[in-house]
Amino acid sequence: MFRAAVRLSVSGVRGLTRLQPGCQGALAVRCYSHGKQETDEEFDARWVTYFNKPDIDAWELRKGMNTLIGYDLVPEPKILSAALRACRRLDDLASAIRILEAAKDKSGPHKDIYPYLIQELQPTLDELGIPTPEELGIDKL
Amino acid sequence: MFRLTASRVGGLLARRPAAALTAASSRPSSGEVSRPVDMSRPQYWDRRVSPLPDRPFREALSAEDKALKQKEKGPWGQLSREEKIALYRISFQLTYPEMNQSSSEWKTVLGGIFIFIGLTGLLVIWQSYYVYPPQPLTFDEDWRARQLQRMLDMRVNPVEGFSAKWDYEKGQWK
Repeated sequence: MFRAAVRLSVSGVRGLTRLQPGCQGALAVRCYSHGKQETDEEFDARWVTYFNKPDIDAWELRKGMNTLIGYDLVPEPKILSAALRACRRLDDLASAIRILEAAKDKSGPHKDIYPYLIQELQPTLDELGIPTPEELGIDKL
Repeated sequence: MFRLTASRVGGLLARRPAAALTAASSRPSSGEVSRPVDMSRPQYWDRRVSPLPDRPFREALSAEDKALKQKEKGPWGQLSREEKIALYRISFQLTYPEMNQSSSEWKTVLGGIFIFIGLTGLLVIWQSYYVYPPQPLTFDEDWRARQLQRMLDMRVNPVEGFSAKWDYEKGQWK
């Protein structure tokens, strides 16, 4: 929870997962375990590819989203866009709206992340005809 | 509290296959006896951390719902706002704000705690009047005064402790 507060900066919603600044220099005091660390771009690309699978099935969509939301980050708009398109291929509008709700919930106290996501996703939302929870009025109790 | 008679076990066993055959095994609301939920079937849930549960909330659909589901296969722009909400509510029971809403349960909990602490306090007071034996006479004011005087006369801890703090010339504490 605290990592999220520290890592989610105002400037963007990078898929920040692992790299501590201290590990990048020559005087790395504490590093993570062996093996190459995945960069944010690789992480995003991997997930976009996952959701872009043309014949993705409902289980894979659910598994992917539940796993993604389990991570300590807010997904990038491009990942969400791919997930929304996967919902379209599966004829599942409810899941598409749910994904938007989940992304907003993941932002937690950082209230500026969700408007940014919607702004970036607006072309996709318009193209697919996906309403935001606000448009439906289900963002209120 | 577990009075599991033979007839009740038989009843449970008879009811379990029936429960497994029903379409939606729902959790009963408060006040009802809970029926066993068939955990071998996909579950529904409303959880922040896992947005898409294994099954939609409502699986038994009316004719209207089925028509709506057919319409969902077409362009979503053609769905009205109400239809979109209806589609959401077919798949999900609670929205995120509904899921996240806080309850006033903490007031009940805190109130209950204070009530029981209060009752315990009353019990303690009653006990100190009715249960404890009489105090030893060494607790009387008069006895304690004489005890104090005796300690000073004996010069208890005269260097740094008790009697050192008594001013013998003036007959008072320093």
